[in-house]
Order: sequence, then C-alpha cells, then structure tokens
Amino acid sequence: MLRWLPGRGTRRVSRDIWRNGDVLSAAVLVALGVYIATEAGNWVYYSDDGPGPAFFPVWYGIAMVVLSLVLLVTTVVRLRQGGEQAAAEAPDWEGIRRALITWAAFAVCALLMKWLGFMIAFAMLAFFIITYVFRQPPVMAGVAAVATALGFYLVFPLALSVALPTGVFGF
Amino acid sequence: MDVLNGLLHGFSVALQPANLFWCFVGCFLGTVVGILPGLGPAATIALLLPLTFKMDPAGGIIMLAGIYYGAKYGGSTTSILLNIPGESSSVVTCIDGHAMAKNGRAGPALGIAAIASFIAGSVGILLLTLMAPPVAAFALQFSSPEYFALMCLGLALVVLLSGPSLIKGLLSLLLGLWLTSIGTDLFSAQARFIFGQSELLGGMDFVVVAIGVFAIAEVLASIDAGDKARMLPVPKGLRNLLPSWEELKACRFAFINGSLTGFVIGILPGAGAAISSFIAYGIEKAFSKHPEKFGQGVPEGVAAPEGANNADSGGALVPLLTLGIPGGGTTAIMLSALVLWGVRPGPLLMTESPDVFWGLVASMYIGNVVLLILNLPLVPLFAQILRTPVHILFPIILGISLVGAYGVSGRLFDVALLVGFGLLGYIMVKLRYPTAPLILGFVLGDAMERALRQSLTMSQGDLTILVRGWISATMLICAVLILLLPLMGRFNKARVQAIAEGG
Repeated sequence: MLRWLPGRGTRRVSRDIWRNGDVLSAAVLVALGVYIATEAGNWVYYSDDGPGPAFFPVWYGIAMVVLSLVLLVTTVVRLRQGGEQAAAEAPDWEGIRRALITWAAFAVCALLMKWLGFMIAFAMLAFFIITYVFRQPPVMAGVAAVATALGFYLVFPLALSVALPTGVFGF
Repeated sequence: MDVLNGLLHGFSVALQPANLFWCFVGCFLGTVVGILPGLGPAATIALLLPLTFKMDPAGGIIMLAGIYYGAKYGGSTTSILLNIPGESSSVVTCIDGHAMAKNGRAGPALGIAAIASFIAGSVGILLLTLMAPPVAAFALQFSSPEYFALMCLGLALVVLLSGPSLIKGLLSLLLGLWLTSIGTDLFSAQARFIFGQSELLGGMDFVVVAIGVFAIAEVLASIDAGDKARMLPVPKGLRNLLPSWEELKACRFAFINGSLTGFVIGILPGAGAAISSFIAYGIEKAFSKHPEKFGQGVPEGVAAPEGANNADSGGALVPLLTLGIPGGGTTAIMLSALVLWGVRPGPLLMTESPDVFWGLVASMYIGNVVLLILNLPLVPLFAQILRTPVHILFPIILGISLVGAYGVSGRLFDVALLVGFGLLGYIMVKLRYPTAPLILGFVLGDAMERALRQSLTMSQGDLTILVRGWISATMLICAVLILLLPLMGRFNKARVQAIAEGG
C-alpha cells in the first residue's frame, strides 16, 4: 500500500543524486541558459539592419538549456538505474580539499595585493602553499618564499620593465 | 610568391640573429615544459603572451611555435623515465617507452623518441610548406556564409574529439560563446552581460581566460592528484642513447606511419596530438608481425606515437595559418597572439605578412634541428629538471599567472577574473568537461557571430544563404553529420576509447 514511498536505499540514492557533479553542473547551466536567453530578450532581436545583439545569445542560451536538461535527465536516469553502486562513485575529497585550499589562498593573495602589493602578497602565498599544502619545514618555506618573491622582482620590474601591483609600502 | 621563393624568404627571416635566438628560447622552454608534468604548452604560451606584446610578430610567433612543438619532444622524456606523460600527447609513449626503460633500454628509447620526433616533425613541416599555399588559395573564395560554416565544422570536430561526452563538449563550447559575448556589441554598441561592471564593457581578455582555465587549473588538478613516481636513471653519454641498427630498422615503417598519420590527424580541428599518437600506435600494432610484443617494450611502439605527435604540429598549423581556424587550445592562443600583434591569420597571411608566415615555417626546420640536439645529447641534463620540487614550482607558476593577468591591462579586476577562471577550469577538469571547446568558443565566438549576422544581413534574414553555396552547404552538412556520429554505437565506442587512451 505504501510502495510509492521511497525506502531508505532509494532515499540515499535520491540524496546522492543531488550531490552528483554532473547533476549539479547541469542544474547550474540550465539556470545560466535561462538567464542568457531572458537577458537577451531585453535587446533587439532583429531590425531593418539585420540581426540585432540578441540574435546570437538567444539561440545559444536556448541550446544551453536544452543540452543541460538532457545531461541532467540522462545522469539522473543512469544513477537511478545504477542504484547505490552508481551513486557511490566517491571522489577523492582529500585531494579536492588540498586543491580548494590552494585556490582559496590564491584568491586571498589576489585580494591582498591591493594593499600589500605583489611582493608581500606573493611571498605569503608561497609560504602558505609550501608549509600547509606541501607540509615542508617553515624555515625552508620562508627562505623559498622570500627568494622567489625577490626573483620575481628582479625578473619582471627590473629586467623586463613589467609593472607589478604595489601596495601601501610602495613595492 | 611561390613555395621555393617563399621558403627562401622565410629562411632569410628565421636566420636573423634575433629570430634564431627566439627560436632557441622557444625550443628550450618547450622542452622544459614538455618534461615537467603539470605544466603544458598551452599554459606556458598563455603565461608568456603578455611578455610578447612588444615583440616583433615574426620573432614572437617563432618563439611561441617553438614552445608548441618543443613540448612534444620533451614530453617523451617523462613518459619513458617516469611512466608519467609530460604532455597528453606522450601518453601512448608510456606503454612501450617505459617498458623499454624497465628492460634497461632507457637510452635507446629516448634516442628513438628524439629521432622519430625529428623525422616526423620535418615531414610535417615539409607537408605544411607544400599544402598551405593551395589551401589558402582555395579559401580566398570564402565569404561570410562559408566562414560561418567553416567555424561550425571546426567546432563540431573539436566537440566530437575533445572528450567522451558530446553533451559536455557542446556545453563547454556554449559557455565559451557566452563568455566572448560579454562586453559591448560592435554592431549596435549594446552592452551585453556586464553585470553593471564598467570594466567588462571592453570584454574579457583572452589571456586572463586562458591562463585561468589552463595554468591555474593545471596547478590545482596536480595538487589534487598529488601523485609521485620514481624516476629511472638516464644513461650518460651519447653512445648509450643511440638505438642499435636493428632497432632503427624495426622502426622504419613507424617513422613513415607516424609522419603521415600525425600530419593528417593534425589538420582536423580538435583531434590533437594525443589522438594522432594513439591512432599511429594502433596502426603500428595492427600491421606489426609481432603485435603480441607491443606493451613489453618494442621500439616501434615508441617511434610511431612520438613521430605522430610531432608531425601533428605541422598539420595543426595548416588551418590556423591559412584559414584562421585553430584546432586546439594551444593554437587558439597562438591565433590570439597573432591578432594582438596586428597580424590577421587567414588566406591573405602569406601575401600580407610573408615575414610571419614563411619566417615561422622556415624557423620550424631550424627548430627541429635545435630540438634534436637538445633532446639527444643533452637529455640527461634536461632530465634533472624532473628533480625540481613541485612545492617550489607550483607557487612560481601561480606567481607568473598573477603577473601575466595583471600585465594585460594593469588592473586588479583582471586578477580577480583570473581567480574565478582558475576555479572554473579546475571544476571543469574535475567534472570531466573538456576545456578546449570553451577556449575555441571564446576565440571564435566573436568571428562566428559576425559571420552569421553579416550573412543574414546580406540575405535580408533568409537563412538559406548559409546553404546556397556548395562549399558552405557541404561544410554545414558535415558538421551536422559529425555531431550525429556518436549515435552510431560502434563508432562512438572507438571514439571514446581513442579519447580515453589518448589522454
């Protein structure tokens, strides 16, 4: 009588489906496609002079929605057919964590460059990556970070006359 | 200017001391990045592009091309000694190259790889020299509908061959088309998708997108993978690197196979060196008298893929230089470089910029000799690069990326975009979305939209203009058929296998 209610295994598959990278990316791309097509809808599609600025985006926006939906549906069907085994394709979270921490440090370095300048922000990034991501001794990391930052200064502003962002300290 | 006169003119340009220097620098850097796993030619060229803005176009393209084909020479060293491909084009070389090294034949394996690369690379350049003029002459008939159809055909091939999932390839391409739309529409001055940011009115710079999607994403993916391998020792002395006469004799068909397969596959947009080396290896094995020995360390198993991935460079430059259509990520960056220097790749390149076209072609003959020297007697020296610790290398790559993005415009806004594109590239790698269609969509999207809108303006909105001429009709039909090919089960199985084994 209650067969339509999902069991524990089915619930787990459903939960894992929404954690699946293909499903999530397809959902994001559906939203992006809808945004592109609706935003382009505010511009001229066709005029006496020919196709307007909306012409091309409307079509690739629609194509993006259709293809993302195909990806979404086929992935969900595949996961449901494959059941728990397909849903349990576990990614290497430790590797992803390392990569995302590196990216976050890179983003913070880019942000800090406005105030600290390239040299200090980059030295801090290098020190963090060498010590935290690659687990090297802090002294060695400090020497390597300062040496590479100085190397950048010698190569780019001095040798090649390429400007680097400067901060409140003037370098 | 006929071929012979053009080539003589090219040598007069390429042999100028400054251009010889840039050729050497390109080949040297190419060998280094080829050897280093985690840093590819596309990322390197993207990183160096801002530094070449003030260079003479001939010298600049000679250097960038040197990195492009030089990386393919260097990639084999890592494959043979570490069983880790330095480049995606050297994946297949791991199979028999590393097996030879484990059998105590590392020296001859490296020697065969260098000799095969030299022979096939030279054949590829010779075929480029002979084929480019007639292709360019044919392309002079093209108008907007033909260009639109040509870009559709090229992008369809890229999507077909860049990854196992056709849908993901198409979505990556559409993302590239969207990114290139951001900014002011040149036809109507309408601001598109700028999110209220005035910095986006001029659009996003290609260098920022390319560095983010290639260089930053490669670093993040390498940190994610975090694998290490043990390097086999490199024999010292030229004598220990030279293969025996029997080994060279066994490779004679592989040299021809690699040269022709690599060049033909190289012409196809999207196919790339990884697929050409895989196909050349497959042909070699299929026609071998002892196919069962493949995988255990046969010299033909090294010569065929290494030859193919080098001949591929000559093939890939045919559509880039004669039609202005790049076939992959690296050639897309080279196209952008030419445009930035004010050079217009396409059928008129040979007549409008003979120094650039013929200078580049001639420099490739010289570059091949330089690379043979760098990769045969000097390979033990280059192998030491593999000892560079990644914890030093990766922060340096990130630093160069920051300098490159900031150098484009001197705005921190571009650095912020770089951070975003780095994450996008990493997510795409993790979710197995191919990045080449995104980059090609970004590079070609603007020209594609312009060709489509010009065609429809010419025909007052009549879409049949796109199929009225036989050239555009044929190309569009081919593009549709290419996108339908994966529906054929047997073909799709072979395609997915080629992409998976080709890296």
